[in-house]
Amino acid sequence: MTPAIVVFCYLAIVVYIGIFAFRKGKDSGEDFFLASRSLGPYVFILSLFGTNMTAFAILGSSGLSYQRGIGVYGLMASASGFIIPLTLFFIGTRLWYLGKRFGHMTQVAYFRDRWECSGIGTVIFALTATMLVPYLIIGTMGGGTTLESISTITDDNGKPVMEKVIKDGKEVMKPVLVVQKGDDGKPVIKEGKPLMIPKMNESGQPVMENAMRPKHWVPYEVGAAIVAIVVMSYVFFGGMRGTAWVNSFQTLLFLGFGSIAFYLISRKLGGFDQIMNNMLSNPRTAQLLDRDRIPKEEFFSYMFIPLSSIMFPHIAIMCMTAEKITHFKKTVILYPLCIAAIWLPSVYMGVVAAHQFPGLPAGDTDDVIPRMLRENTSTLLSGILGAGIMACVMASDSQILALCTMFTEDIFAFYGGRKKFGEKATVWTGRAFIVGVTLVSYLIALQLKDKEGIFDLAIRFAFSGFASMAPVMLAALFWKRSTKWGALASTLWVGATMIAIWYIYDSTDVAGLKPLPGSPPKVIYESLGNLFLRTPGNVTMYGFLPVMPMCIGSALIMVFVSLITPPPSAATIAKYFPSKKKHTVNTPSPADATAAV
Amino acid sequence: MKAYALAGIATILFILHQDFWNWGNKTLVFNFIPITLVYHACYSIACAIMMVFFVKYLWPHELEDTSETHGS
Repeated sequence: MTPAIVVFCYLAIVVYIGIFAFRKGKDSGEDFFLASRSLGPYVFILSLFGTNMTAFAILGSSGLSYQRGIGVYGLMASASGFIIPLTLFFIGTRLWYLGKRFGHMTQVAYFRDRWECSGIGTVIFALTATMLVPYLIIGTMGGGTTLESISTITDDNGKPVMEKVIKDGKEVMKPVLVVQKGDDGKPVIKEGKPLMIPKMNESGQPVMENAMRPKHWVPYEVGAAIVAIVVMSYVFFGGMRGTAWVNSFQTLLFLGFGSIAFYLISRKLGGFDQIMNNMLSNPRTAQLLDRDRIPKEEFFSYMFIPLSSIMFPHIAIMCMTAEKITHFKKTVILYPLCIAAIWLPSVYMGVVAAHQFPGLPAGDTDDVIPRMLRENTSTLLSGILGAGIMACVMASDSQILALCTMFTEDIFAFYGGRKKFGEKATVWTGRAFIVGVTLVSYLIALQLKDKEGIFDLAIRFAFSGFASMAPVMLAALFWKRSTKWGALASTLWVGATMIAIWYIYDSTDVAGLKPLPGSPPKVIYESLGNLFLRTPGNVTMYGFLPVMPMCIGSALIMVFVSLITPPPSAATIAKYFPSKKKHTVNTPSPADATAAV
Repeated sequence: MKAYALAGIATILFILHQDFWNWGNKTLVFNFIPITLVYHACYSIACAIMMVFFVKYLWPHELEDTSETHGS
């Protein structure tokens, strides 16, 4: 119960921060949605970084490295540390400038003005909003799961107290499993583990027993509600200012979390030397110490995924909140180091967990760090560190606010709401939207608790979708000749390819069509050769992740369709690509590519 | 000239990320850290250093002029 109490204290702190921000705020849209573009340098970097980090940074990364090894850091973290700072440098700074200069508050607002379009902006809004929704649900689910996990009731020996699983009012039964023995009487081994089979009674029927699960002080439904209410409260009251301050607090918490957890677990285990050398001497676990389980094509194509970061609405909007553009300087330099501070210990501990808790099924590996904390630290520390995990899990605050900002500005205000009802009504419309969307996410999280994998999947596809929209943003910022039709064509390409890849993935997500972890990929369509391959967790194209051809296709379509369609008016071009003569004598001439084709 | 040099540095770092020569290398540095993790940890530091150069030599100073701003 102690960890849960610590987490409740943490939740109370974040609510207070949000309400404090409310008292500091003004009643204008720009203040509620963008904190009046006034965030200081340290709040800016901490909140921007915190906004980009989700539960995956700690729980997912360790869960994945448990399955796929130490190479997960290079696959995801160091790739992000390279790409994201560059996108913030080239794109983030320009978004800030254009927002400051022309009053844009969202990406769609910028696209609409840049390309003189209305309906096409709405199409882009629809796609980006749809891709953002799964995050809200995952955040609520993650909150419920984490609170449930850290409030596990234990006996005097520290073992979880178990209870029967009840579903729809009935006890859930499952077959009793026993080790299959071969003709020689020895256990049959499959993939390094004893093969378990159902125990049969004398009449040939499987012997059944009650399914059991750990008992918790805070059930999932209550935990999810608490997290939903807390997040909704500080976003509702504090808007962007409250969200940024909470994110800054959360970032400090989980920046320290990884290193502290690493040190404490290492101390309890007496160092990792013995564990690592044991893993090295076992052929099954030795694979986790390099990149045997990560194909080179996947490793290369994953470099496209971090392009999604700047295209996430909550990141793009956050870029517009800095008080000065110079705040980006520290941000882009420190960003790769912040990623390392979180991912290095998390990935490492995930691999260690494969030695400590062997044989966990794929769906249970996200819990390995909380499990290691429970077994190797005191309950108080486990609670504090659990709060660090909660900080990551509750990253949906930025997505909720972004969705709210997008709806209020790109739909309500754009279609006449602000003009008709005024600025105050616009802000309160945004607040009402926050309540509505939180309630809907909670209800979905309750109904689909066992289907969390769907939303995890949706988020993975959303990464590819947002990354593939990066060419649209680059064209808007750097290419005079880009047109709204090119943007529309790229957007439709992204939507269509996401649906197609999802369909292929879903239709092959069955035993027989999907290879087991560690097995080579399977050809999906024989007539197409190696074009589509199914791996345990992905669909690839000639071994490369779909994000790569999606991104390249988006860029090519943007260029081709733009060249065959009329450009925006000369006045709009001049507005966004001003003549160099307007710069003062003392201003250095731009050295980067703002010059257009 | 500086832009081309920095583009070159970024390209080199991009190539260095694809460290195929480390595939299958299970060496433990200091007897407990897999070498592939050490390599990419150093890579992350190199990315931060790269951004120091970008900020110093390629900073878009023209964007600091916000004298014509949208009234809030």
